[in-house]
Amino acid sequence: MGSKTVETLPEATVLFAGDSGDGMQLTGTQFTLATAYAMNDLATLPDFPAEIRAPVGTRYGVSGFQLHFGSVDIRTPGDDVDLLIAMNPAALVVNLDRVRPGGTILVNSNSFEAKDLNLANLDSNPLEDGSLDKYRVIQVELTRLTRETLKDSDLNQKQIDRSKNMFALGLSLWLYSRPVEPAEQWIRSKFAKKPEIRDANLELLKKGYHFGETTEMFVTRYEVTPATLPPGRYRAVQGVQAMAMGFVAAADKSGIPITYGSYPITPASDILHALSRYKNHGIMTIQAEDEIAAIGMAIGASFGGCLGITGTSGPGVALKGEAMGLAHITELPLVIVNVQRGGPSTGLPTKTEQSDLMQAYYGRNGDAPMPIIAASTPGDCFEVAYEACRIAVKYMTPVVLLSDGYLANGSEPWLIPDPDSLADFEVQYATEPNVEVDGEKVFHGYVRDPQTLARPWAKPGTPGLEHRIGGLEKKDGTGNVSYDAHNHELMIRLRAEKVKRVQQDMAPLEIFGDEDAELLIVGWGSTRGAIEAGVTRARNAGLKVASVHLRWVCPLPADLGKVLSGFSKFLVPELNNGQLVRILRDEFLLPFEAMNKIQGRPFGPSEIARKIEDMLG
Amino acid sequence: MSENDANKPQGRKPTLPPGAAKPTLPPGAGKKPTLPPGAGKAPTLPPGMKKPGGPAMPPGMPPAGPGGDGAPSRADFASDQDVRWCPGCGDYAILATVQRLMPELGVPRENVVFISGIGCSSRFPYYMNTYGMHSIHGRAPTIATGIKTSRPDLDVWMITGDGDSLSIGGNHIIHIMRRNVDLQIIMFNNQIYGLTKGQYSPTSEVGKITKSTPFGSIDHPFNPIALVLGADASFAARTMDRDPKHMKEILRQAHDFNGTGFVEVYQNCNIFNDGAFFSFTEKATKSDKAIFFEHGQPLVYADGKKGLRLNGFHLEAIDLEGGNWGVDDCLVYDETSLELATILARVYWHDELPQPFGVFYRQARPTYDEQVGRQVQAVIERSGKGSLADLLAEGDTWVVG
Repeated sequence: MGSKTVETLPEATVLFAGDSGDGMQLTGTQFTLATAYAMNDLATLPDFPAEIRAPVGTRYGVSGFQLHFGSVDIRTPGDDVDLLIAMNPAALVVNLDRVRPGGTILVNSNSFEAKDLNLANLDSNPLEDGSLDKYRVIQVELTRLTRETLKDSDLNQKQIDRSKNMFALGLSLWLYSRPVEPAEQWIRSKFAKKPEIRDANLELLKKGYHFGETTEMFVTRYEVTPATLPPGRYRAVQGVQAMAMGFVAAADKSGIPITYGSYPITPASDILHALSRYKNHGIMTIQAEDEIAAIGMAIGASFGGCLGITGTSGPGVALKGEAMGLAHITELPLVIVNVQRGGPSTGLPTKTEQSDLMQAYYGRNGDAPMPIIAASTPGDCFEVAYEACRIAVKYMTPVVLLSDGYLANGSEPWLIPDPDSLADFEVQYATEPNVEVDGEKVFHGYVRDPQTLARPWAKPGTPGLEHRIGGLEKKDGTGNVSYDAHNHELMIRLRAEKVKRVQQDMAPLEIFGDEDAELLIVGWGSTRGAIEAGVTRARNAGLKVASVHLRWVCPLPADLGKVLSGFSKFLVPELNNGQLVRILRDEFLLPFEAMNKIQGRPFGPSEIARKIEDMLG
Repeated sequence: MSENDANKPQGRKPTLPPGAAKPTLPPGAGKKPTLPPGAGKAPTLPPGMKKPGGPAMPPGMPPAGPGGDGAPSRADFASDQDVRWCPGCGDYAILATVQRLMPELGVPRENVVFISGIGCSSRFPYYMNTYGMHSIHGRAPTIATGIKTSRPDLDVWMITGDGDSLSIGGNHIIHIMRRNVDLQIIMFNNQIYGLTKGQYSPTSEVGKITKSTPFGSIDHPFNPIALVLGADASFAARTMDRDPKHMKEILRQAHDFNGTGFVEVYQNCNIFNDGAFFSFTEKATKSDKAIFFEHGQPLVYADGKKGLRLNGFHLEAIDLEGGNWGVDDCLVYDETSLELATILARVYWHDELPQPFGVFYRQARPTYDEQVGRQVQAVIERSGKGSLADLLAEGDTWVVG
């Protein structure tokens, strides 16, 4: 490995940033793959603009991919960047505040001409004006080196310039001692039919790697030794992939075919893309004409005895509200996935936010509660998808599954589960009349299971169980239309009680940290990694603190009150303007303090740790 | 060569005989259905309404059950719920016709599903002793698509109205048409909003005075048949509540058609829009103002005294008694011609031409549900039944420990 010094690091955070056409997502993904091969623990955060190809060189066109990896337990994509690779001035200035003081910034020095600075709205050149003094800046002539490497290739200038991300990838792989083979393999299969592009990319990757070794800019390269993960077979998984596989697992274990109705929307479309490939796994997908049609088709499938699922993001859920109410009153199993993004309205389509807990809780006409489950890591999307399906069928209820942009696009090493280890998922369809009226056996659609309060699921095609359901209030028992005043109150209460009984299926809450602390942090969803990493930092600094994370947000777990009673201070960090915190105050009348970040970015552990210090200091 | 032939595109597939492409009956077909839940309760009817299935029976008696041959009867398809439409409503005739038709179709009751939206017509499923769902406003096509696509073995009927399908549900009606989901749509067109008490609908005529348009409506109305043809309907027909025989025949054909069978039924709302279609439905004017046409037959009406001939792209009325024109001059209708269907559909509330009733267009093409199923089968044949364990371990993996 030449004459360079090798320094071993416990963890590192790298951020690739450039134009949305610079291939930064791809570069990040390939670096992630190499990191997985190096057996580090990792977490990623892709961050891209809503525009597909925003004007070149502008600040709003910057696309980034952040990766945190280490030999230690990695819980977040990292809050302080150690290495920023900036392909142009806009990518540099947009991301500068994320680089830790003393961190390294690698720039493409060929892209700091007057016109580039102008596009990035800069009056002076940051490479010369002293604004980067607290960082270590490495200037690499990426454009020139790329052109020189490919001077004999048949590619045109534009194609050549677009390949410079491969040079950057090769260089960063060298810098962190990552294997180069996974990227080589990927290039070979991706461009198998375009040999000139394949060869150009392979050449650049290699040149980038060798450049690190030969240039005198780097005296040190880094090494991050393998993490001590629990033993087993692993793969890197994104939240969307994990969720799609969770649904496949539900279809497989229950034997019920799944119908997934969806209308394309960022960042939920990738679930549709993944599931549409799984036709031989009992999954049928329909790309509907709109959000309402998507849920209508899923409800139709559930009425037919299949399991309907619909996936979308916040604006789509707003359109589905009426149909969610229909699923609630007809008491059909249904899963509604919301991959949350910055709101309101169209908001920030590509940025993450815990935007829609209130919408999931209250966003329907009438009293129409439904269980709400929230994923906490990309890999956890698998488990919550499976659990959402299981509960929907067991309790005959629509279930809201909350994910978010960070979980959907982020990835982590995932211990591949054994299908046999999944919870039992058995389905009982009604097969015969369930009531005797005047000596005659008849079927009533709203006779309830005493334990779950679920009504029977009678599949069309079953003789003798013909029945009608619908959105008008149901008579208790028979399910016939009823306008009776007292029956309406009874049914509202029964449906709410049924949702509450999902508590029976929840695992006991686990307290993370010091059970005898004063301060308890209560979180939900994708903030789990940041909260627990923040708690760990604060505890390492000598503070006593604990956290508890909610998987089921509605109904709240039965043992939450008991957990809360052991603490006197409460902090509720959320990536919104305060949603769970209001629900908790309403339910428990305790002094929950809100901690809110509404920037389209996840919390970093240091933010949580600082807040803990403030509260206990 | 007649002008009809000149307009007929070459290479059209021949008309399918009704029922030709229909899948075989699902398992359990022909099995004697059990009695409806709650059978024996005599439904109360609004005054003046005839009880479906014949004369009222004494309380405690089951409704007319299976006939002597064990076949289901009309009463087997009537639920135990009181029918709550206004006395005199055209909906009763449609319900009775459907209940009469059902036993003749040979589909076991348990395999029949009625899906509706919201509005007067959409209460329909509650009165059918089959599976059914009264859903939300405008969205019945989505629910019907979901159930038929995931359960192609079921016989799905969709009930809707002019407001439900052409206003709030306009988007879904065009998409179910282009997808060609194999089900039947009965669209009750009364040209008014009934359940919300009398506002103009998307099929109301311009100038309509209603509660919401005291100075007359200015919205241009939809022509439902032209609309669905524009959305690539594969079967489009029109009938009327006051001609149950014609209605039953049209509904039967829609059912036997393999694809989305769209049937517009002119339905009188005697409370908010009484007599809207009387010129077509009542004896005094019916023969002159309505034409009942059939595939392969000349367009003749007014008891054979008048006919329609094609003059260029337009239809014109001809007098078959004056000696100048004969039946041979009339256009012989071809329901497989989209061009003719388009011309005939545009004869709409015409001052000089009769309103057409019959099957405007019938052209079989692959159905959505069938193609979805075929695609799934093809993937299974190519890749085998998926293994969950293999899927979970797909791609690049590594072992720790």
